[in-house]
Amino acid sequence: MIVPRHYKEMPQRYKLQGNRCKACGKVFLPPRLVCPCGSQDLEDYNLSWRGKILTFTIIRTPPVQFKYQKPYAVAVVELDGGGTIQCQVTDTPLEEVEIGKEVEIVFRKIFSEGEAGIHCYGYKCRVV
Amino acid sequence: MAVGIIGYGAYVPRYRIKAEEIAAQWGDDPEVIKRGLLLYEKTVPNQDEDTVTIAYQAAKYALVRAGIDPKEIGAIYIGSESHPYAVKPSGTIVAEALGMTPEIHIADYEFACKAGAEAMFVCYSHVKSGNMKYAMAIGADTSQGAPADALEYSAAAGGSAFIFGSDEEKIIAEVLYTYSFTTDTPDFWRREHQMYPQHGGRFTGEPAYFKHVVSAGRNIMEMAGLTAKDIQWAVFHMPNGKFPLRAGQKLGFKKEQIEPGWVVPWQGNTYSGASPNGLTATLDSAAKPGDLILMVSFGSGAGSDSFIFRVTERINEVRDMVPKLWDLIHGRKFYLTYGQYAKFRGKIHLNPDV
Repeated sequence: MIVPRHYKEMPQRYKLQGNRCKACGKVFLPPRLVCPCGSQDLEDYNLSWRGKILTFTIIRTPPVQFKYQKPYAVAVVELDGGGTIQCQVTDTPLEEVEIGKEVEIVFRKIFSEGEAGIHCYGYKCRVV
Repeated sequence: MAVGIIGYGAYVPRYRIKAEEIAAQWGDDPEVIKRGLLLYEKTVPNQDEDTVTIAYQAAKYALVRAGIDPKEIGAIYIGSESHPYAVKPSGTIVAEALGMTPEIHIADYEFACKAGAEAMFVCYSHVKSGNMKYAMAIGADTSQGAPADALEYSAAAGGSAFIFGSDEEKIIAEVLYTYSFTTDTPDFWRREHQMYPQHGGRFTGEPAYFKHVVSAGRNIMEMAGLTAKDIQWAVFHMPNGKFPLRAGQKLGFKKEQIEPGWVVPWQGNTYSGASPNGLTATLDSAAKPGDLILMVSFGSGAGSDSFIFRVTERINEVRDMVPKLWDLIHGRKFYLTYGQYAKFRGKIHLNPDV
């Protein structure tokens, strides 16, 4: 049963709601309690929905929930205004997925829990 | 008190399938489809897209154009016949993701292809009555059409969102008149647990679509004391390319008055998002301040809601704030084979996950 976890993570998955260190300015998603700089003074911060591909990999043997989407790319995206996220690349042919490419973050169904469970929505990115 | 649309947005997926590809699968003549129904290609939702994600994106664009705090929206109603859950609202997901919860009234609507216009009707009424400051109506669908059925050439994915409000300086299109025409007409239906809808073939034409659309169009124009010559643009529900042109002709409209919102040949029928997308495309392209727009929806079962809007100066300020529907339709797109399309739409029987 993934309902409690999905429910708890909605602010991050739905709204890119993370936090930012007031001391060094580093941005986190998921939010952290302590910054690597040692500060515990962090504030809520909504990350940008635009960014660039920092790096990526192609998944050819995916977990069972994603098996009909193969092959697909998973990218680390550096967002405008700070913070990095890891997400699936959607709506983009694999040959267009390249480091440095500009992407927009989109709200998508990440997976469904079996035939009768909940649909879990969250963020992905697509090349602009 | 003037009430109207203060923000609007539309979304269609990037994937397409051409009429030729579907025709090749079933042994149809593609030229007959293209010439007869005026359908050339249609949008197909990606595997991770559904009514919720389409509604979300359209709503996000509408919020940008409205420039308001999402928390001020008093209601969100999503009209669709492809809600992802049989029990659990699509609206709660969209509202949560866009930061509108928890003080908001939410309901999902269904009335075949007019559920989006229904939502518009209720949102307009909420604001007009003073019940709430802003209300958001969305029509969105990932439409179902059975393989080898004529509907397979049209059933597409997309939708539009509209925020209604009464701030005079924010109104983009003021609602001048509304009218509804509804009867019990079983022209198209889907029973519980059935995967695809059934329809009455040619019965869907005269006694259903044309009777309701033409009556709703004629009667609202009579109510307003207007003729087709007084109205610059007209949007009719678009089950195919041909029907809206013929309905417009019956009401005295020229093809040029319908074309700015006539997205169906390249988009397909986005069901609850069909006439809403026609309105969005018209606002995005041809509408000028002072223009009047007639919009007539149609939902099988059957009924039509009609609206007459007057466009304001604000259109010129908001039009370019977000991607325009015609640009999404003719922009980046990827064509699918029939096999890929069948997989994307869940038409292939698979073993259960282990």
